[in-house]
Amino acid sequence: MTEERVIHVEALARVEGEGALTIRVRDKRVEEVQLRIFEPPRLFEAFLRGRRIEEVPDITARICGICPVAYQMSTVHALEAALDVTVPRSIRQLRRLLYCGEWIESHALHMHLLQAPDFLGYDSGLSMAQDFPREVTRGLTIKKYGNEILEVLGGRAIHPVNVAVGGFHRLPRREELTALLPHLQEGLALSIEVASWVSRLNFPAFTPSYEWVALVHPDEYPMNEGVITSRTGEAWLVNDYETAFEEIHLPHTTALQSRRSGRGTPYFVGPIARLNLNWDRLHPIARQTADGLGIAWPTSNPFHGIVARALEVIHAFAESIELIQHYQPTIPARQEYSLRDAEGCAATEAPRGLLYHRYRINREGTVDFAKIVPPTSQNQAQIEEDLRSWVTTLLDHDDRHIAQQCEFLIRNYDPCISCATHFLRVTIDRREESCSPP
Amino acid sequence: MMARVRPKLAVFKFASCDGCQLTLLDAEDHLLEVAGQVDICYFLEATSRVVDGPYDLALVEGSITTAHDAARIREVRRNARFLITLGACATAGGIQSLRNWGNLPEFLQAVYARPEYIQTLATSTAIAAHVSVDFELRGCPINKAQLLDVLRAFLADRRPNVPKHSVCLDCKRHGTVCIMVAQGVPCMGPITQTGCGALCPSYDRGCYGCYGPCEQSQGEAWGRSLVRSGQPVPTVLHQLRSFNAGAEDWRQAGDSLDNCASTAGPARTEEPRS
Repeated sequence: MTEERVIHVEALARVEGEGALTIRVRDKRVEEVQLRIFEPPRLFEAFLRGRRIEEVPDITARICGICPVAYQMSTVHALEAALDVTVPRSIRQLRRLLYCGEWIESHALHMHLLQAPDFLGYDSGLSMAQDFPREVTRGLTIKKYGNEILEVLGGRAIHPVNVAVGGFHRLPRREELTALLPHLQEGLALSIEVASWVSRLNFPAFTPSYEWVALVHPDEYPMNEGVITSRTGEAWLVNDYETAFEEIHLPHTTALQSRRSGRGTPYFVGPIARLNLNWDRLHPIARQTADGLGIAWPTSNPFHGIVARALEVIHAFAESIELIQHYQPTIPARQEYSLRDAEGCAATEAPRGLLYHRYRINREGTVDFAKIVPPTSQNQAQIEEDLRSWVTTLLDHDDRHIAQQCEFLIRNYDPCISCATHFLRVTIDRREESCSPP
Repeated sequence: MMARVRPKLAVFKFASCDGCQLTLLDAEDHLLEVAGQVDICYFLEATSRVVDGPYDLALVEGSITTAHDAARIREVRRNARFLITLGACATAGGIQSLRNWGNLPEFLQAVYARPEYIQTLATSTAIAAHVSVDFELRGCPINKAQLLDVLRAFLADRRPNVPKHSVCLDCKRHGTVCIMVAQGVPCMGPITQTGCGALCPSYDRGCYGCYGPCEQSQGEAWGRSLVRSGQPVPTVLHQLRSFNAGAEDWRQAGDSLDNCASTAGPARTEEPRS
């Protein structure tokens, strides 16, 4: 007698973009896990060709409404690498400040509206707000303070307008930034409360063996630059990204999946990977807070992602405050550059993990070739692998419970499907067949 | 007094970046207030709760790029008493409508190792090209205050108050010095609808048209005057063909400039003949 179950989750909720999941189980063995991304392809890498390099940060921002700054950062750094432009320290610090704003906004959204409802048994942050009004309001306040950084420095929270190849279009006046300080101080205090709150959630016991991959920088928590580093101890310059990692295209998805070249194995990017590989560079206030939380770092439990995000939010508030306190505008806002035939790549740490861009440009100042590898594409193979072992522990439950638990696991990764499309629906359609002899 | 039944709200996504839906979640201070006045029946980005239609109000983000989505939007329309589209993708086809001027098989080949796995249409089109739309809220991304006004207008059964004048007027109101006049920087402000708060000129750069054509936009005249002042045709063309490339006035202006340029020969700065 064989028993076959096909579990489908038709449309994953509380993720950014559209995806589905199909799991096929035969005789209590998970045969197949498919994370299907049916988000329609938008073909950015195709229509970027021929566009002027100045337009590229405005265009790539539109890949994702939740992490536009990440796209703008990887874009400008890759183009500046091609143009052989080095931005001065003041510009570099402002870019870190902008990234801090996005980490706060994106992490606060994910923790409170997308992920916490799973732990506490609600279908949304909005319904959770009826029983946890203080926690949800606190989360929205933190998110708003992150957005305020983006609004002042970027012009607006979604698709900021101020990022330019070579620097910024306009440098903020010192008082524009210092006006943010009272909210950032309050945000820092609130985010310490959040870390304490999320660390008391009930974490399922699930600790796969991951290959964490993140940027590592000798003296700062990684955002805009660093060496790509694996848990294995291997490290690569960003220029060698495409040698170390490869993208493959599977029939069930409009997203390309990344794996380790040669080995074909998945790897794990995002806040947990960053934290595990960069603990010593985490802001002292975040480390001090972490010490009292009862979670041992490094961790291999993906459900600790919500705590990793909370610690990164503390870091981002603390660093934003220091960056603003030390800020002195220096002229010019933008470095000059001369156009040339060249190629450049860059990787930065988007809220969801490593984001790699490579461009080939020409002396007319337009793009000849673009390649963009978002964090969710890099995590997709790992999510499928996680689901395979996670489902195995759940087989005695009904389909509805399995589907719910799969979505819970997937949301740890904060998948951004809009980005990865070039990413996911969970379908649990349980079919049980008794094959009795005729 | 009769108990008020909360209207059923659904939020649907098509090809897009999620930014316009996010604008609703970004209404931090008003989010719980608005959520209390409607019954959120379908909003996958925010909730796992799914209640079947029909819905009183459907908010639609994104453009139509697949045959499946073309069928899905008709289903959404059938199930919605009121349908409002949000953002440049839904109202003009979005940046992904650049494929409308390209070659789809070649585009797919440029992005995917196995283009045969991908099913997509040769065009990206606005929602209104497929079904009737009750109100279009423009912007890339939409403006939070305008979105809240549209929702409050729906709840109060009044017309939304969304101005259609150009960005220029807002620069004047804010006292922002015209960067086109003062610095010669190409700016789409004269032909772009307000909504952003005239953001770009206040950040020392020209407007790049996030909110699409304003009322009585004269895209073609704008394009020609830029070319006359020495801007290369491809640069001007790219400005018209970006996030709102599919908006009627700018589509026409771009195509006309493109035709003139190709008949006028290769000289990039040559003035197109009218």
